[in-house]
Amino acid sequence: MTFEITQARLRAMLPAISLVAVLVPILFLQPATLSYFGSSLLLNLAVPIVLATLAQLAIITVNDLDLSIGPFVSLVACIGATLLVKQPWLGALALAGCVLAYATVGALIELRQIPSIVVTLGLAFVWSGLAIVLLPSPGGTSPEWLGTAMNYQTPWIAAPIVWSALIALIGHLLLMRSSAGVRIRGAGGNPRAMRRFGWSLVRSKATLYGIAGLFGVMSGLSLLGLTTSADANLALRYTLLSIAAVILGGGEFVGGRVSVVGAVLGAITLTLAASFLAFLNISSDWQVGMQGAILIVVLSLRVLLQRGDRQ
Amino acid sequence: MGEIKMKETSGQALIRFQGISKTFGRVRALTDIDFSFLQGECVGIAGHNGAGKSTLMAVLAGVFEPTQGEIEVDGTPSPRYDANAARHAGVRCVFQELSLCANLSIAENMCIVHPQLRGRGWRRLATALMREKLEEIFPGNRLNGTELVSDLTLTQRQMVEIARAFTVTDAPVRLVILDEPTSSLDAHTAEQLLAFVRKAAESGITCLLITHMLGEIQRVADRVMVMRDGGIVGVLGRDNLSREAIITAMGQHLEADKTTGAVRERVERAAGPQYHWMLGAGRRTKIEASRGEVIGFAGLAGQGQTEALLAIYEAATGRRAGRAKVAFVAGDRGRDGVFPVWSIAQNLDLRWLSGGSPTEKRRPGSGLVDFAAARAVVEAWRAKIGIRGASMNAGILSLSGGNQQKVLFARALASDADLILMDDPTRGVDVGTKRDIYQLVRDEAAKGRTFIWYTTENEELSHCDRTYVFRSASVTRVLHADECTEEALLAASFEEQAA
Repeated sequence: MTFEITQARLRAMLPAISLVAVLVPILFLQPATLSYFGSSLLLNLAVPIVLATLAQLAIITVNDLDLSIGPFVSLVACIGATLLVKQPWLGALALAGCVLAYATVGALIELRQIPSIVVTLGLAFVWSGLAIVLLPSPGGTSPEWLGTAMNYQTPWIAAPIVWSALIALIGHLLLMRSSAGVRIRGAGGNPRAMRRFGWSLVRSKATLYGIAGLFGVMSGLSLLGLTTSADANLALRYTLLSIAAVILGGGEFVGGRVSVVGAVLGAITLTLAASFLAFLNISSDWQVGMQGAILIVVLSLRVLLQRGDRQ
Repeated sequence: MGEIKMKETSGQALIRFQGISKTFGRVRALTDIDFSFLQGECVGIAGHNGAGKSTLMAVLAGVFEPTQGEIEVDGTPSPRYDANAARHAGVRCVFQELSLCANLSIAENMCIVHPQLRGRGWRRLATALMREKLEEIFPGNRLNGTELVSDLTLTQRQMVEIARAFTVTDAPVRLVILDEPTSSLDAHTAEQLLAFVRKAAESGITCLLITHMLGEIQRVADRVMVMRDGGIVGVLGRDNLSREAIITAMGQHLEADKTTGAVRERVERAAGPQYHWMLGAGRRTKIEASRGEVIGFAGLAGQGQTEALLAIYEAATGRRAGRAKVAFVAGDRGRDGVFPVWSIAQNLDLRWLSGGSPTEKRRPGSGLVDFAAARAVVEAWRAKIGIRGASMNAGILSLSGGNQQKVLFARALASDADLILMDDPTRGVDVGTKRDIYQLVRDEAAKGRTFIWYTTENEELSHCDRTYVFRSASVTRVLHADECTEEALLAASFEEQAA
């Protein structure tokens, strides 16, 4: 079989292409980033963003949107910096409760047919409030084991790259390749058909929201491990960043079309884009603008490819 | 296939319906259905839109629970007959509006109907099963099972949906429901499917074929169940199966009160029709109308009538010839008609804002809404359409469905429009409201307004001067008021053009 470059294939490769498009100028400007130490430094903050992106991806899979992931990640970091250090059992219990709360919210959204945007917008304030109650002013410490885990030196390739690849691989196997994952994605593609064949949408949604909660917890803990102290506003920007990364990675808001590998690449692209400007000696005030510009360019390309496909 | 041997239908009853009824709210969709589906027979199911065919099949597939009645599987009653019970009984369904997940590949879509596909190697197994069935039913298809469904054409999707229904994992397939399976297949693949259905029935799989293509039923069915108004009105055997027999069984024999239309005096017309449009692919469908005329659009649902109305609307509001003052009455109130958070008054005077009736004086061109005039218009129409009790400032949703529809009528009629387009406007409206609406249409037509009226209820066509019958997005017949009978309509609706 020959490998032809169809537009559909090109579209699937778009996340990888956009990553290369950001990576190549960086390497050109600063070849040292290719080294073990350089890549580790550059991608240090990618791991929590990748995890938050996958949390968002789980929810976008069922055509919902999570506007509370940023505050949720902050809350997890605050729990980790306070409860988990002082009373490890209580801390672990609180984190498990967070995941359970996410799953319950998912079930509720399906049972009562309420828009997820409204629910998660409200929850964003709840998470933020709880985080402030736990940690009124920035501070706290990260549990020792967490710092050790995040600073673990992998051989040959820098740790953030290894972690990201591992997360992408596991997520891909679970959601994209396993039969259970396929059925869960089906709930996003054609919920009516799923119900008709006797599958419970409540269960699918609760599962996916629970998975989102789990990834949110992991994101918060990994972020805490890197920063070693927490703050109630630590990760507020993750909400929009995670949505952007999922969309950049080939996901769509409706129809259950998502790609785990693409989303991970999207998250890394956006992380790199933030550093990109620093190499050009441009003020970091433009970071967010740069991320937005990348998003617009990639989405425009995608629309163009789709149009070409149809003709 | 040539000749089909008449089987002795001595097979046992696979599934037996006894007194099955189904109601949705106050609407009775099925009334007292008794039927036995025998093993290895092919049952054709015919009936007009809304006759209850799809609901009956949904009950059989375990999607809807019947409100009343009993279902027996292999002679034993099955009190909890749901989707899983139906699957265990070997019932599979090809749904009319397809039940594929567009974001999954062909093989992955197998997962949805087969819970047994799990664990290692499920993907390979699913792909193999799917390709085998596709090859068996549609030889020469070029699908390999890994394509995303969203990248397939409609025909290919239908092929996948059909093939999927016949695949076997652990529970054997014993009865397959095919709801309009050929609606998006081309002639070649439809032929392959019909041949396969015949073969499947001979090998012991019961096939139910719901279709508007009576020729197909005639070719493959052993028995034909004819439905009307949620009940079975006849079961025709193989020996007396003909298009005419099916159409006769489907038709309503008692004519609805035709007098209203016949007695109606016609407005004297000036020479020639005033409006004419060329619509559809290649602009071959010609629609004409003159002032004061009520034109009906008939035919089975979804044969391009709404599209024709929209094309007329586009032509009438466009810049080129055929421009006219036009208003549109939507049939799907919730989707196209009401503004749910607005008041009754706001919903009513919306079209008037962009042009009121020429008799009333309006301050020209201030760009602001004249609230006094708007109130007057709303009050005048409130009296005319007879909405009592509710304040006009109350939300539109506080009205019943029928009254909401009246407000939508008033919205169109309160304007300066000469041409009113109606997209099945009495859908789900009670009889009293319908009568009011008919009266309004007659009065306004007498004043010289032209109506184009798409309806799925054939009695309503007796109010029309001329009726265009649609089939596959083109007009098959034009019936004048006096020749517009139930039989003529049905015959024209089922006319199949030689492709």
